[in-house]
Amino acid sequence: MNDILEGLVAAFWLVVTFDPDLMQISLRSLQVSLSALVIASAIALPLGTFLAIRRFRYRRLTISLLNALMGLPPVVVGLIVYILLSRSGPFGVLGLLFTPTAMIIAQVIIITPLIASITHQAMRELWAEYHDLLISLNTSGWQRIKTLIWDGRRNLLTASLAGFGRAIGEVGAIMIVGGNIDNATRVLTTAIALETGKGDFALALALGFVLIALAIGINISIHWLSRTEREGRW
Amino acid sequence: MVSVMLPLTLKDVSVRRRGKRLLGPVNLTLNPEGLTMIVGPNGSGKTTLLRVMHGVERLSEGSATWAVPEEEARHRQSYVFQTPIMLRRTVADNLRYPLQLTAKPRAEIEELVHHWLKRIGLDARMGLQATRLSGGEKQKLALARALIRKPDVLFLDEPCANLDGASTRDIETILRSALLEKTRIIMTTHDLGQARRLAGDALFMLHGVVHERGPASDFFSAPQTAELQAFFRGDIIA
Ligand SMILES: Nc1ncnc2c1ncn2[C@@H]1O[C@H](COP(=O)(O)OP(=O)(O)OP(=O)(O)O)[C@@H](O)[C@H]1O
Ligand SMILES: [Mg+2]
Repeated sequence: MNDILEGLVAAFWLVVTFDPDLMQISLRSLQVSLSALVIASAIALPLGTFLAIRRFRYRRLTISLLNALMGLPPVVVGLIVYILLSRSGPFGVLGLLFTPTAMIIAQVIIITPLIASITHQAMRELWAEYHDLLISLNTSGWQRIKTLIWDGRRNLLTASLAGFGRAIGEVGAIMIVGGNIDNATRVLTTAIALETGKGDFALALALGFVLIALAIGINISIHWLSRTEREGRW
Repeated sequence: MVSVMLPLTLKDVSVRRRGKRLLGPVNLTLNPEGLTMIVGPNGSGKTTLLRVMHGVERLSEGSATWAVPEEEARHRQSYVFQTPIMLRRTVADNLRYPLQLTAKPRAEIEELVHHWLKRIGLDARMGLQATRLSGGEKQKLALARALIRKPDVLFLDEPCANLDGASTRDIETILRSALLEKTRIIMTTHDLGQARRLAGDALFMLHGVVHERGPASDFFSAPQTAELQAFFRGDIIA
């Protein structure tokens, strides 16, 4: 019990004094997850919108696949990426294993289906609402997509934030492909796991504070966005 | 004016969905001028007919042809839906939207937008989200948005449903001045008073077909079929 109290106090000091280790790990976490977010969004937002408004042959199948991929356990994603990137794997020559790049790849695979699926859902509703009007106004395909993306921008942002939330709190996959190497691939979640194992509660808790602050910040943003959405502001 | 779009000719048009015939067979020619009023009980096919004319309903049989190529005709008509569709944008942006699709100069767009905002009495609400307007205000906005591109042909699906007397009069005033500017109007209504006030000619839809048709003078004062007589009496038609 005492350990924990001391740990809390120490953690507090680490945070308020901007401890270099804590900063480095937090920044790396942000860097990895934000990179993953940008790449995943670039794939998932257009994909989800496309699936919502275009009918094509394998549309149902693609959507089912997306939903199935959303349920992939991160650890398994980590394992697969590990195998692909390991020295004897097909992409072994790239030497990416145990680098932040490998972690970004794993996170992209984990959050792309999630973002695409939320985007698809929101865009399908918006398209159902707008369909008749946009057809009647004789809009081109490109004008339709632009209109939907612009008027659905809040939903798209919500989808991205949800993806970011999942990425920043994820531990299984990046532990495997990143290796949790000090000064190289250690991020908030993997560091917490390690420090907890070592019994260094101060650093673990300090890292936990930062992670919680990030998670709460994201949730508040999502909540705020969906509220302005309902009330039709912005 | 460029080439004249009308007449519009519907030839043996049928619309079937899930094995059920919703409309047809309909044979019909719409002349170049005036206001055609479509009346009939709920579910008789008024909306379907209007959508067919506008070209947004897939035909199962037959054809609908304008006097100009289809692509050109599509650009010169507007449609106001039975339930107004508001873009999730401000009132003013809803009016701007159809103009932004064409390459109009900005100053011209703003002038038109302000003109129409005033005309429908929503200039004080121009910054409000359109989805928050009242039902009647939405209907007025949808009408203004349809007219802002100065269409040659305007389709209206019950534009005054749920409106009070004053709003109905506002809309009828706007429609009359559009008629004076030679806009061809085809509309539906359940308000027989309105039908009498506005119609140049009229169609009575029943069970998916045009049951009776004629110039307004004959249509309202001397209906030919027993069904239309019953409809005017207010009887329930099976
Ligand atoms: N996609 C569809 N599939 C099956 N039935 C349909 C479809 N669209 C319309 N209908 C049916 O077609 C019939 C005609 O509908 P329509 O909307 O044209 O009637 P309406 O005369 O406009 O009625 P109201 O006065 O209630 O607006 C209705 O019975 C409706 O249920
Ligand atoms: Mg109708």
